[in-house]
Amino acid sequence: MAKIVVVTSGKGGVGKTTTTAALGAALARSGQNVVVVDFDVGLRNLDLIMGVERRVVFDLINVIQDEATLNQALIRDKRCDTLSILPASQTRDKDALTSDGVARVMKELRERFDWILCDSPAGIERGARLAMHHADYAVIVTNPEVSSVRDSDRIIGMLDSQTARAQKGETIEKHLLVTRYDPSRAARGEMLSVEDVVGILSLPLLGVIPESEDVLKASNVGAPVTFASPESAPAIAYFEAVERLEGKDIPVTIPTEKRGLFDRIFKKRGS
Amino acid sequence: MSFLDSFFSRKRSDTSSNVARDRLQILLAHEREAQEGGESTLLRTLHAEILEVLARHVSIDEDNVQIKLDRGQKCSKLEIDIQVPQSGLRAQVSTMTPNEDL
Repeated sequence: MAKIVVVTSGKGGVGKTTTTAALGAALARSGQNVVVVDFDVGLRNLDLIMGVERRVVFDLINVIQDEATLNQALIRDKRCDTLSILPASQTRDKDALTSDGVARVMKELRERFDWILCDSPAGIERGARLAMHHADYAVIVTNPEVSSVRDSDRIIGMLDSQTARAQKGETIEKHLLVTRYDPSRAARGEMLSVEDVVGILSLPLLGVIPESEDVLKASNVGAPVTFASPESAPAIAYFEAVERLEGKDIPVTIPTEKRGLFDRIFKKRGS
Repeated sequence: MSFLDSFFSRKRSDTSSNVARDRLQILLAHEREAQEGGESTLLRTLHAEILEVLARHVSIDEDNVQIKLDRGQKCSKLEIDIQVPQSGLRAQVSTMTPNEDL
């Protein structure tokens, strides 16, 4: 049975697209059929993070408006053939995203994939509402920072009232993913701790992604961090998050950068 | 001096992350109440229906029934606080007198 996951946050710039790409790649690496869908019409970026920006011909809006088939719009990842991406349109109006059209595409995707990961746009407008509407499961990406936590709370309220599951009286499974976390700053009392964020938002934790240079490096070369540097701290944290997404009950750890003194001296120039 | 001062007087509650947490807790308590249309509708309905049931047995002022819902991770807490005046209780006792319908 296919599972639709929405990656959402309310606030922009907290790591939704990075997370969608990293989780999608990690899930696909285990042989499951995964599609990542960009809902950010007009400001698409998932294609760039996935490194397929030059292969986009048709997009989600073309499929919704019957200008292309789903097969024509889906782009298969060259690093992993069980991973596909459905890009958003960069030129069309957001209003082209109709609820009937999205419902039809989601139904079709459900028949073909094990996991459908929807990368929500920021905000609480139409795009964000449609991205979450069909979800069985929500990953709420939150930075340990006041405005991000506030916006996440707002999004949690929407997930509980406006999704298809909520309207049918069913519950949507919601998990929190804290990103850009710096354990040393949290220990010094300069940053909200994971416990603070979990306590305020009252949601179970899917994972904690440490702040890391590897995330930017991966986006520079157009690869999900779980492909670009699978041994890095953020990648390890994403792999653990995927295990929890699959229902395994494993304790949440915060992987840290494993760098000795010699590494720092000799590998300063970067890779 | 000032270093030692700040070292020793620095309580946990002084850190900026604790200020952030406290501000968020207060702010979100208000925003949840104001924004969650679903919950406030539920609370309004509960309020009206509880009053209706109470009114059959005791006389009660609408403002003396307070209903609060706290959202939690595993379960939510529904808090119902009803203040019954002395006269209201007496009314309840009088309706309980036996043999009235026989």
